[in-house]
This record gives sequence, C-alpha cells and structure tokens, in this order.
Amino acid sequence: MIRLLWRDLTLAVRAGGGFGLGLGFFLILVTLIPFGVGPQSDRLAVIAPGVLWVGALLACLLSLDRLFALDYEDGSLDLLATAPLPLEAVVGVKALAHWITTGLPLVVAAPAMGFLLHLDPAAYLWMVVTLAIGTPALSFIGAFGAALTVGIKRGGLLLSLLVLPLYIPTLIFGAEVVRRGADGLSTATPLLMQAGITLATIALLPFAAAAALKVALR
Amino acid sequence: MMPDLGKYATDVYAAYAISLLLLAGLIWRTIARARAVKKQLAAAEARLETRPNA
Amino acid sequence: MASIWEWANPRKFMAWTDRALPVLAVISAVVFAAGLIWGFFFTPDDYRQGATVKIFYIHVPAAMMAINIWAMMLVTSLIWIVRRHHVSALAAKAAAPIGMIMTVIALVTGAIWGKPMWGTYWEWDPRLTSFLILLLFYFGYMALWEAIDNPDTAADLTSVLCLVGSVFAILSRYAVLFWNQGLHQGASLSLDAETNVADVYWYPALVAIAGYVLLFITLVLLRTRTEIRKRRLSAIEMRERVHG
Repeated sequence: MIRLLWRDLTLAVRAGGGFGLGLGFFLILVTLIPFGVGPQSDRLAVIAPGVLWVGALLACLLSLDRLFALDYEDGSLDLLATAPLPLEAVVGVKALAHWITTGLPLVVAAPAMGFLLHLDPAAYLWMVVTLAIGTPALSFIGAFGAALTVGIKRGGLLLSLLVLPLYIPTLIFGAEVVRRGADGLSTATPLLMQAGITLATIALLPFAAAAALKVALR
Repeated sequence: MMPDLGKYATDVYAAYAISLLLLAGLIWRTIARARAVKKQLAAAEARLETRPNA
Repeated sequence: MASIWEWANPRKFMAWTDRALPVLAVISAVVFAAGLIWGFFFTPDDYRQGATVKIFYIHVPAAMMAINIWAMMLVTSLIWIVRRHHVSALAAKAAAPIGMIMTVIALVTGAIWGKPMWGTYWEWDPRLTSFLILLLFYFGYMALWEAIDNPDTAADLTSVLCLVGSVFAILSRYAVLFWNQGLHQGASLSLDAETNVADVYWYPALVAIAGYVLLFITLVLLRTRTEIRKRRLSAIEMRERVHG
C-alpha cells in the first residue's frame, strides 16, 4: 500500500502535473479575481473566503481525470483490481496521493493567497484549518467522480459536471467557517459539519468508487 | 369568464404559460420519439425477417 | 406463480402498458385539466398574495414531482443493482428528463411567485436553491447515461451515481438551509405557512397534484417503452453490423 502511494506520488510529480499545476492555477485565479471585481480592498476582503474556497475546488478538479485514467489505459488498473489489495484500498491510496499533491499544497499556500485578497487577519487560521479538513473530502469525492468516468473518452468536462455539485456542502460549510472566524463568531457548527462530511466521504466513497471501477473493468 | 387577476395578471399568466409550454414540449418530444423508434424497430425487424440467416 | 416481478419482464411490460396507456393518458389529461381549471378559475385571491396564489397549482405539484421522481429513480436504480431487471434500469433513465422539466417548472414558477414578495425574481431562497442543485444532479445523471455506449455499464454507473447523489442531495438541502437561514426568514417562500389554509385552496391542489402524478406515470411508461424498443433496435443493428 505504501508502495502504491509512493508510486502515485512520484508519477504525479514526474508527470509535471503534480504540485505545480494546482498551485499555479490557484495563483492565477486569485490574480484574476481583482481584475474581474475591482481592486477595492473592502470588497475583496468580503469575497476572499468564498474565492479561496472555490479556487480550491477548481484546483482539485484539474488533476482528477488522470486519477484512474492513466492506469486504466495501460492496463495497470486491471492488475491492481486482481491484486490482493482490495480495490477500495487502492481508491483510498490514490485519493490520498491526490490530496497530498493537490489539497495539501493549497492549504500551505492559502495564507499567501489570502493576503493577496485582503483576507481578514482573524480569518487566516480558520482558512488553513477549514481547508485542511475539507480538501481531503474534495479528493475522495473527486476519486468517486473519476471512477465513474474512467472509461469515457474525454470525460473531463462530464467529471466536472458530476463532481462540482457534490462539492457544494463542503464549500458551504468551509466558507462559513472562515466568515464566522473573521467576525469572531463561533465556528463550531460548520466546522463539525465539515469534519463529518470529510470523515464520511473517506469512509464510504471508496466503496462506491470501487464498485464503479469494477463495472468499467468488466 | 377570465378571473380578474389585478396587478398580478402578467405574473400568473406567465407562470401558467411557461409551465404548460414546457409540459407540452415534453409530451410532444415523448410521443414523437416513441413513434420514430417504433417505426425504426418495425423496419429493422422486417429486415430481420427477410434476411437469409447468417 | 406470477409475482410482481413478472410485470417487470420486458415482454410482459410492453404487453400490459400497451393496454393500460391509452386509458391512463385520458384519465391523466382529465384530472390534470380539472385540477388546474379548478385552481385557476374557481379559487379566491389570497388577501396578502392576491392572484399570485394561483401559481400554487402549478408550482407545488411540480416541486413535489421534481423530488419524488428522483426518489423513484433511486428506487428503480436499487432494483436494478439488486435484481438486474432491465425494465427497472430503463425506467430510471426514462424518468430523468421528466424530473428535470418538473424541476425547471418549479424553479421558474417559484421565482415568479416570489417576485411580489422579494422584489426580484431570484433571491437564493433556500428552497429554490435546493431545486437548482437538484437540477444539476438531473443534468449530471442524464449526461452520464448519454456518455456511455454499453447499456448495462451505463445502467450500473448511473445507478451508483443516483445512490451517491441522493445522499448528497439530502446533505445539500441541510447545508443550503444552514447557508441562508438566518437572513430571509420572513421573505422566504414559506409554503408551509400557506398550506395550512382553507380547504378552498387545498382540494383543488390535491386534484392538481394527482394530475401531475398521473401525467408522470403516463409519460414514464411511454418513455420506458421507447427505451425498451431502442435497446432491441440497437441489438438488431449490432447483429447486422457483425453479420454483414
């Protein structure tokens, strides 16, 4: 299992799409927003939590369609499916690898991006916390979507259409945590909801994803 | 015969009109497709009858 | 011994729907028209909402159908996963466009109904927002069916999507309530407050709802028949391609 994780991590980094792509996209998005809505700091401060979260969603989407597709195409997914490791565990490891190469860098980069968008200083910690808790859910939900669309030619756009609505609860609670944190209100409820969602997706979605992969491999 | 809808006339008529149009469109498409597929299937099955067995 | 599953057999399905549909279509048309005519022409204006209360008769049944059709798709998807009844899988596929149209109607009429209260056509009211999310789920489900060539694979994958989507749909409903609850309490389209009203509004609503349900049943049976025929057509065409 560790070997599988390491293999996916090195593949992601070597293919050049790994750490850099998600972060680069995040930076570009954060740069575009002020051009779109104007540079007034108070307006940017208001929309910063939402923009950072939406940016995280979109950045996670980027590398999802390659999650299973490469292995599916060259036959390694068949091998993994028949290996002693249960397919659910394979899904879990790949989702974890995706998080390490996409979600985790976002968590680290978030304060810098928040700074560019005049994020309220009180909200910095909450931004990092909520992204850290929420991005694993994005990876696992994304893995499910990738499993559904693995056999579909050019399934990237369909993947986005399927996955983005599933991201909505994580987005709602995540952005709400940051907004409440900025205002000094209690963040307990949305934080707990978000943690609950992440735990549930990690525990349950690998089964759904594995079922979808088995169908595609038939 | 039409009830007096007061100032909300356009709203109510618009709501009814759009909905009924959407439903009519759905019903039309459903029936049209049903007929087309039925015809295609009948043609295909006729070909099946007349084709010498492979 | 005939069990209820016998009716799900494609040949039997085609046979009994062939007999039932014409009758069903007529009954649906009558009930549907009766409900709307009663509601539109023979109900009084609400003292607060004026004549816009009449929108109730197209909006509420459509909204109910939007959700219940997805529930039906969930049930038929489960039946496919467990018992591999092809008719069940095709019925789910057939129901989706109907559910999508119902969702659109619910959204449009909901927005029009809300305008006198909100001042604008769209206000991200929690209820309507949930329907917008439901619309996205319908789109995704239909898109997945279209994207996959093999019918059994498509049935399997869309069933899994429907299952997972249902959980997220419920989750989103609560998330959206959380997202917008404190802000527009008074202005939100609280249908519950309105529906605890006089029978003069409620009885025609019941007829309208019945009309919508019957319309759905008629349409989904007809569409399922078309799907069954399409599958047979594809099978024949594939054989022709192979044997030349």
